[in-house]
Amino acid sequence: MRTPIGYFLVLSGLLFSIGSVGVLVRRNALVIFMSIELQLNAVNLALIAFSRRLGEVDGQILAFFSMVVAAAEVVVGLAIIVAIFQRRRTANVDDASVLRW
Amino acid sequence: MDLIVFWVTAPISVGAAALMLLQRNAVHAALLLVLNQFTLAVFFVLLDAHFLAAVQVIVYAGAIMVLFLFVIMLLGVDREEVLRERIRGQRPLAVFLGVLMVAELVLAVRLGVGLLGSAVPPMAQPQGNVRAVAEALFTRYVFPFEVTSVLLIVAAIGAMVLARRKARGIPEEAAP
Repeated sequence: MRTPIGYFLVLSGLLFSIGSVGVLVRRNALVIFMSIELQLNAVNLALIAFSRRLGEVDGQILAFFSMVVAAAEVVVGLAIIVAIFQRRRTANVDDASVLRW
Repeated sequence: MDLIVFWVTAPISVGAAALMLLQRNAVHAALLLVLNQFTLAVFFVLLDAHFLAAVQVIVYAGAIMVLFLFVIMLLGVDREEVLRERIRGQRPLAVFLGVLMVAELVLAVRLGVGLLGSAVPPMAQPQGNVRAVAEALFTRYVFPFEVTSVLLIVAAIGAMVLARRKARGIPEEAAP
């Protein structure tokens, strides 16, 4: 028997919520970034589940593009974290709250 | 069969994600995220998205997480996180909002799709998923596909400019 699509959507919502709580709770910039990755992955799962339900491949294409954009976003985000670390010697987001050097 | 795979993998996925939040050590959090991404690849296979399952393992669990581990090592792994709260009551409030979001999403799925789902139509991919994705990607979506290459180049150059060591800073040898 096929797994109902609703299961995947609930799982995706669960992972997305865990990612959101992680962004709000943690103070380490790297762990916050990982939580954002978790959210992106959860949305990809929802996209692919909907694509399966509609029987079309377009949702998978959208998930593919979101993976490419996530890769670009990770590269720039990690570069920003490294740049802040070189200046401030910290990866804590509270110490970088003034948005200037 | 499908259901068994789902019910074995789903607790691992949610457990890895939840444990990720509780880890003090950033390396452990990264490894749990890798586990979570492998389970997501399993779900993609269950949903007949074989190409994206491979991409998930190669790009996310491979490339992106290695990049994360590199940066964690670069910044030093033994740093403890400051547990002091800037805003009072932030953590309980965050958890409460998270539970609220789960309830809202479950309700939305229940109203929209139905928790037990309906009949799933067969995928329109007689020659396999990879061929179907390639045909869509290189015909209807060929322009966005080319634009992403520009995006990747811009991201690579931007990262190099941002992470470059300033020339007028401390000399490399003098730095501790």
